[in-house]
Amino acid sequence: MTLDDRVKSALAEKLLAMGDDELILGHRDSEWCGHAPILEEDIAFANIALDEQGHAAIWYGLHAEVIGEEKETYPDKLAFMRPAGEFRNAPVMELPKGDWAFSMLRQYLFDVAEHTLMDSLVKSSYQPLADAAAKVQREEFYHLRHTQAWVRRLGLGTAESNHRMQAALAALWAYFIATFEPLATDDTLVEAGMIPPAHDWQAAWEARVLPMLNEINLKPPSPVESITPSRTRHTEHLAALLAEMQSVARLQPDARW
Amino acid sequence: MHMSELTLDAIWTALEDVKDPEIPVVSVVEMGIVREVAVDGDRVVVTMTPTFSGCPALRVMEDDIANRVRALGVTKVEVRIILSPPWSTEWITEKARAKLKSVGLAPPPRHDGDLSLVLMELVACPYCDSKNTSIRNTFGPTLCRAIFYCNACQQPFEQFKPL
Repeated sequence: MTLDDRVKSALAEKLLAMGDDELILGHRDSEWCGHAPILEEDIAFANIALDEQGHAAIWYGLHAEVIGEEKETYPDKLAFMRPAGEFRNAPVMELPKGDWAFSMLRQYLFDVAEHTLMDSLVKSSYQPLADAAAKVQREEFYHLRHTQAWVRRLGLGTAESNHRMQAALAALWAYFIATFEPLATDDTLVEAGMIPPAHDWQAAWEARVLPMLNEINLKPPSPVESITPSRTRHTEHLAALLAEMQSVARLQPDARW
Repeated sequence: MHMSELTLDAIWTALEDVKDPEIPVVSVVEMGIVREVAVDGDRVVVTMTPTFSGCPALRVMEDDIANRVRALGVTKVEVRIILSPPWSTEWITEKARAKLKSVGLAPPPRHDGDLSLVLMELVACPYCDSKNTSIRNTFGPTLCRAIFYCNACQQPFEQFKPL
């Protein structure tokens, strides 16, 4: 498929943002490894973290293909050799893991967002993106099933668990809404039928998330406050996360294992 | 061996030696991971697809496949990775299902694409065949496994997750 330069650079930007969301959230999730409240959950959350990193590798691979870089090695460069200012993840992904309610609610909100995005992307006019979306969609099924059960359990559990979920929702909501903010170049892709319009994506997400929150006695804050951090202007937490995540790879950039 | 003597069948047979690194009783062919083998002049192209996209064994399998074909005397080997159609446990052969069971891994249930329905079915214990079992964790020691407990023989076991 030949793409004109405008579409090519817009697509590259979008795939990078998608990959960065998965990588940064996957890394935050992995911080629970050895610290989750119960052993089963330690295993489950580590699995979910690994899945998200696998998805990051898919989007990075497509990004590499679009810009004409080597598909096998370039994803590692993207993950380990870029400074914070070049990452395009939504800032909600980089927020510290917080308590169990915060991490679980964030993962649930992300799972629904990813699921609804894949629902559209499987019909993308850019075939490699449609193919990858179909693959990712199947794996997301297990995440959603798991995080949905947890969110319900915590929302309806005890006064303490509901209180913590409410606090997590208050801290996450405005940040999460900001993840739907389209990139400056997204219009080009929407016109080409490659991605859904951002407001359609957000509406599909809200149609699933809002009834669930209501059912488990959680109220999103209203009105939604606007936040300063964005995909191009990160919080101070990202640089710290990268310093840890990239430290081993940067010790010997050409190492092979 | 000269390329002219090398048949597709011989390559497929050789690839039966390449085992899934995480479940070494089954081969990448039986698991439905190898999708296509083609001989193009003096070059062999093997097309494979990942099971779970985050599977750390993917690169190992890719190398093992290339090395096995090279061992047949082929110098130009290309292993291509495709994502479409997405891998499904429906592609695991009956023989491989029996092998999974023999090492204590409950084979994935058959499904027609709707995973939510198949997950409501009871899973038989691979040791005593009782269906009096309960799930302990949808996620297990690898991305492709779930953890169960058999109430009849009181044995924990793993299941290869339907995908």
